[in-house]
Amino acid sequence: MADVSTPAGGAPDAPRGGARRTGTFTVKRGLADMLRGGVIMDVVTAEQATLAEDAGAVAVMALERVPADIRADGGVARMSDPSLIEGIQHAVTIPVMAKARIGHFAEAQVLEALEVDYIDESEVLTPADEAHHIDKWAFAVPFVCGATNLGEALRRISEGAALVRSKGEAGTGNIVEAVRHLRAILGDIRALTQADEAERYRWAKELAAPVDLVREVAEAGRLPVPMFCAGGIATPADAALVMQLGAEAVFVGSGIFKSQDPGRTARAIVEATAHFADAQIVAKVSRGLGAAMPGLEVGALHERLADRGW
Amino acid sequence: MEIGVLALQGDVSEHRRAFADLGVQTRPVRTPGDLGAVDGIVLPGGESTTMSLLLASSELMEPLRKVLSSGLPAFGTCAGMILLAARITDGRPDQRCYGIIDLTVQRNGYGRQRRSFECDLDVLGTGGGPVHAVFIRAPLVVEAGPDVEVLASLLPSPDDEKRAPATGIPAMTAVPVLCRQGPVLVSAFHPELTGDRRLHQMFVSMIEDRER
Repeated sequence: MADVSTPAGGAPDAPRGGARRTGTFTVKRGLADMLRGGVIMDVVTAEQATLAEDAGAVAVMALERVPADIRADGGVARMSDPSLIEGIQHAVTIPVMAKARIGHFAEAQVLEALEVDYIDESEVLTPADEAHHIDKWAFAVPFVCGATNLGEALRRISEGAALVRSKGEAGTGNIVEAVRHLRAILGDIRALTQADEAERYRWAKELAAPVDLVREVAEAGRLPVPMFCAGGIATPADAALVMQLGAEAVFVGSGIFKSQDPGRTARAIVEATAHFADAQIVAKVSRGLGAAMPGLEVGALHERLADRGW
Repeated sequence: MEIGVLALQGDVSEHRRAFADLGVQTRPVRTPGDLGAVDGIVLPGGESTTMSLLLASSELMEPLRKVLSSGLPAFGTCAGMILLAARITDGRPDQRCYGIIDLTVQRNGYGRQRRSFECDLDVLGTGGGPVHAVFIRAPLVVEAGPDVEVLASLLPSPDDEKRAPATGIPAMTAVPVLCRQGPVLVSAFHPELTGDRRLHQMFVSMIEDRER
């Protein structure tokens, strides 16, 4: 679906460009790079999208229900209605992302046809395929996928994901799983950089990931795509925590619109993410925010969304 | 020489790496105090609405305006170009820009991410062949003032022609993508995303020329 459009004709004055290539991996990953240091917010209406943009979100995730409600309502969670996504696209000028079910490439095709800026192949929705993820190389629109460990992250990258997010546990307002997954991924990367060439093959086998990608991570000391954090961020200090642990940006789902004052909470999380290492600023924006989302104990959950995906 | 890189949001580390490759020191700029001794400032790629808001909340908006209007060399890429431009179309009503290069830009003028692209560009004043350019939801220059030097421009594609009625640009006109006016250099694309350091070198030379 990537195409090449060759320009023709034009006035002979300033130097000008050659053939344009769209849908390349550089272009896909490039948008993820531009989102770094920012906050991507879940929104379910055009009004919420506008509030998110006003608060300084770098992008919005358009969906029908936030994860906390998906969890509470039960049933099958699917891709959002295109008219809802289009309403949000018209309401804001920042990038609009949307979710497809794991393995549901036809939903992804619809989202590509709508020209969403990023597709999240997400465990928050009910999986459509219990063995296969979407072949993301077949698309011109970039994909973000969740991961709980380094092997999962590298498998998603090998399938074409241009951005990885640690999964955490969506809809809980509880940061503990996000921290677990970030530490697992980044800790393994640190360990992998110490491996010699023979040990890299063993790592590849144990991670169930391609050895070329394992070698690339071992040499660079980082994933070949940006890594953001999702699943459980509810306060400015949560954002500062995961950014200091090594996340490059944050996704906030239920944490904003399930809080007492969504506008102020959204803005406070944006400022805390930008100034994550400055505790004075995090303290300032945290003051008098009102109640955060109530939150759930992970041990008491009926089902863990992070277990979805393979 | 030390170059400040506005570090509120966006691809700050790519710019810092580019200057490090050239042996030039950089410093992240997050507070007014960070602006003190820098010899030039980079406004990186990212979301211009977010950066604009964080410039205000970090109390950097006016201090940065002051150093820019006193002639501090500035390099803006993509969102940075929007922030340095004189006029924004299709922006948010509350969006601020510094107006130190006489350009009118349309945010996301090439379309959504599906329309983002890479291509080779011939750039005036650079030897060594075309510069590879990556455009991500790039701003479109719809008007450049008489004092703006256009260093590279792009021929339209069929996609752009659909945009013609909205921007008023005639269908087959080449649009500027790399521009300079005095100490200000802006690109609609992201030279920091490729390994080619010629445009970062161009900015370093602009600073050296000014200090000479």
